Amino acid sequence: MESVLAAGASLLAALLFIVSLRGLSSQRTAGAGNLYGMIGMAVAIIATVAATPGIRWLDVSLALLPGAVLGAVLAARVQMTAMPELVALLHSFVGAAAVLVGVGTLCDPAHGQGPMSMILLAEIHADVVIGAITFTGSLIAFGKLRGSIGGRPLLLPGRHALNAVLALCCLGLFGASIGNSADAALPLVLVAAGVAGLLGVHLVVAIGGADMPVVVSLLNSYSGWTASAAGFMLGSDLLIVTGALVGSSGAILSYIMCRAMNRSIWNVVFGGFGAEAPAASQAPPPDGEVRERNHDQVAASLGNAREVVIVPGYGMAVARAQHAVRDLVDRLRRSGKTVRFAIHPVAGRLPGHMNVLLAEAAVPYDIVLEMDEINGDLSHTDVVLVIGANDIVNPAAEDDPTSPIAGMPVLQVWKAGEVVILKRSRGAGYAGIDNPLFYKPNASMLLGDAKSSVEKLVHALPS
Amino acid sequence: MRIAIVREVRAGERRVAATPDTVRELCALGASVAFEPGAGAAAGFADALFVAAGAERSDDAVALLGSADIVLKVLPPTVGGEGARDECALLREGATVIGFVQPDLYPEVLPALTARRVTVLAMERVPRITRAQKMDALSSMANLAGYRAIIEASQVFGSFFCGQITAAGKVPPAKVLVIGAGVAGLSAIGTARGLGAEVRAFDTRPAVREQVESMGASFLTVEIAEDGEGAGGYGKEMSQAFLDAEMALFRAQASEVDIVVTTALIPGRKAPLLWMADAVEAMRPGSVVVDLAASHGGNCALTRAGEHVVHGGVHILGYTDLPCRMAPVASRLYARNVAHLLRDLLGAAAAAEGAIANGAATKGLHLDPLDEVVRGATLLRDGVVPTWPALPTAPAPSPAATPAVAKPNGVTAPAAPLAQQPRTPTSRPSGTRSGGGHGGHGHGAHAGHGEVEASSARPNGVWAASAAVVGLFVLWMALTGGGYEQSTVDTSRQFLQHLTVFVLSCVVGWHVVWNVTPALHTPLMSVTNAISGIIVLGGLLQLGAASHASPALRIVGIAAVALATINVAGGFLVTRRMLAMFRREGS
Repeated sequence: MESVLAAGASLLAALLFIVSLRGLSSQRTAGAGNLYGMIGMAVAIIATVAATPGIRWLDVSLALLPGAVLGAVLAARVQMTAMPELVALLHSFVGAAAVLVGVGTLCDPAHGQGPMSMILLAEIHADVVIGAITFTGSLIAFGKLRGSIGGRPLLLPGRHALNAVLALCCLGLFGASIGNSADAALPLVLVAAGVAGLLGVHLVVAIGGADMPVVVSLLNSYSGWTASAAGFMLGSDLLIVTGALVGSSGAILSYIMCRAMNRSIWNVVFGGFGAEAPAASQAPPPDGEVRERNHDQVAASLGNAREVVIVPGYGMAVARAQHAVRDLVDRLRRSGKTVRFAIHPVAGRLPGHMNVLLAEAAVPYDIVLEMDEINGDLSHTDVVLVIGANDIVNPAAEDDPTSPIAGMPVLQVWKAGEVVILKRSRGAGYAGIDNPLFYKPNASMLLGDAKSSVEKLVHALPS
Repeated sequence: MRIAIVREVRAGERRVAATPDTVRELCALGASVAFEPGAGAAAGFADALFVAAGAERSDDAVALLGSADIVLKVLPPTVGGEGARDECALLREGATVIGFVQPDLYPEVLPALTARRVTVLAMERVPRITRAQKMDALSSMANLAGYRAIIEASQVFGSFFCGQITAAGKVPPAKVLVIGAGVAGLSAIGTARGLGAEVRAFDTRPAVREQVESMGASFLTVEIAEDGEGAGGYGKEMSQAFLDAEMALFRAQASEVDIVVTTALIPGRKAPLLWMADAVEAMRPGSVVVDLAASHGGNCALTRAGEHVVHGGVHILGYTDLPCRMAPVASRLYARNVAHLLRDLLGAAAAAEGAIANGAATKGLHLDPLDEVVRGATLLRDGVVPTWPALPTAPAPSPAATPAVAKPNGVTAPAAPLAQQPRTPTSRPSGTRSGGGHGGHGHGAHAGHGEVEASSARPNGVWAASAAVVGLFVLWMALTGGGYEQSTVDTSRQFLQHLTVFVLSCVVGWHVVWNVTPALHTPLMSVTNAISGIIVLGGLLQLGAASHASPALRIVGIAAVALATINVAGGFLVTRRMLAMFRREGS
């Protein structure tokens, strides 16, 4: 009877997770989707605790309560601009937990002294190795997103060979442990975890800060695969199902994003993604000069415009300028102008990062459009404001086949009547390349911190 | 590439398929444009304006039709001398005709065009997907029709729309009922509200309630819960019980309202009868019914298409030419839709055959068989009903996607240019992805550009190869794994069972997530992140096993559960926080 109940609860939880993910695919149903996820998780936890004989309540409460409180505090405190870091950090927790579970399973005295089942050993290895890669990789991603580790890719010579060696090492350690007892296999598994951890670090340090969205999404996928591996290991269908859901959804998300950037997903999987960036473009430096303008001049342009498009980028997030931007939008719309946002699929440091920030500032989502929806309209837009974005509006992606970002779809802001780029300095973007946009005759720059620049624009506009 | 703009010769048609603005645009694309004198006259565009825009004046309409590569039309070309010339017979073999072809209303046209071996792009068949909104001529026309419906009603309605209290007495506001809240319905609501009327609306799709209310009307409901959301933003047919409740509601409304605008259409069928004779008779004399479905049989039992009927003092307007009554703006919007379509097709042609701008001879449009718009709109290709290859996107498109696009069978009737019920501009972010037409593509991957296809095909090969390698490895494990232990069969079988579950779940995950709105990528990631905290179960299972074991194992278990719980709580709560911030204007 009890096992029937437990199986029923597992099935229910798995269904709830599927409904939850499905719900997350559109705004209307997203809230309900999240709720289903919560219910599913509660069902899963309660059913597991109830169906595990001999579990001690002290242990359970010692583990669950502090974790839940800490998680809730993190979620309530985090700044929306720090969301990518939080997600990366949370991924690392899944990785760490998976490693612990794997090691714990191996140490279970129930295995006795005889040789371990090879299948079980393989499952433990898979769990621990993927878990360790997720753990260290996510920590590095966290550090890079926070800025505590430099955003530049660290490219060791022969890094692909190094990756291969590390991966083969893990495989070799698994081979060595076949036929051993649990006790004898333990050190080998621990070493494999260490090697996999190194691999995780190396895979992510080789990736530049600008490409972090894809990496975070890929790590998300890994955290699912590791949960799935744990499910094989523990014989829990629910873990397998849920892990596979998360793993495949993360993989798709990464794939979609790679395609949006015209990159190969294998580049990301194997690290060294975007590594070709330093090979400078062979195009001659753009002629013309960069025109600077002050707030009053830009405000005057906005005052004369009928259609305005705003292109936000990571600079807006860094400066926490989204509320100021919203004030600007309100002001412009009150005076009868059409204002829309153009969101490049890889703007920011997370997929959908800009949408989240704009939503936080209560920008209605119907005026926030995707690149494909708005690119055709840019040619009859009067003024485009580019706020803290660079590579995603770089015409070199289309014009210059030797550019490192050649072929990446970009927002064609240069087709608008006028482009104003709000930027901290004249420096290059994350990809480290010059932007010919700045030299176009219809482009001008408004230098300064995005937030204060936008605030000054609001003041300079007639109310 | 020679594009012809001809005068619309069908009776009553005043629109034109191109304006000087779009002519300029087409010329910039490298096409040479010629027009028949007087083509734009009825819509207020003089010949001189076309000439100034770069079009060539061609006095011989017969030669013009015979020489054009592309003929832009509003209504389908005439057959057998209707409107004083047989346009179908004049077309050059291999030419392309673009317009509202409407084979259900003009059944004689497609056979004639088939005989001429021409290519036919039907504007009314452009699929309603996000990317094609700019080509959605049906919505453009429906918007006009909704507006005009109220204006026409005001002509015969003998009172103010806006309620007034004057020294000479009180005039109550007009009460307007709009049935069917598609583009036309919403437009009618907005117009009536703008004039000050009190507006209520009814639709079988509960999802449009928000849109109705955002336009300032109240949303009527029946007591029976049934969702009438059909494919592609149209309504579907409802159950008998629902219909009965609906009729009762309408009868009750009939004695209250002054003006009724009906806009209900179901694709490929006669318009549903909603406003029966007894409802008309229950209305006060002087009331008005405007039936926007008149060309499809009408929603009102007493409608006569194209006529103004008075029944017991109630005016029933069955005009079928509402957009023509605003020919200048109708032409501007329609021409813009057509130009957008051509821009896409010519752009694809340029990409396929080398630059068009430098005069390279492009012999006709490039109809990319992978472009959803092309697949939807092409009724005939060189006189043949086209068949399309399967879309190459790796994950099988969701089943809902295929019926909407993969049946370019010219005979089943598409929607009429008036009064249908598609999604509206305000519903864009949520509505577009849930509709039928958008299944298989991730964003940024809209078909129609060769390079995208190529790049999506390559990973597929690698995916398949790596899947094969993994599969072989797993099989090897399953078959030989037992060599190291006693209970061979059991362990292998269990492993295979797990594997089945795993593979099926991957497929489910793949399908579930493929259509996610880009704006929701971050919430999706944080939810999946929370869900991957399911590893907490592993820790819990271990705690159960560890309770008989060493304290070290207990601590490991507790640590694992605690870490995973942070993830679970943090992930779900942060998602909630994020989602709470997404809102739509006005809500």
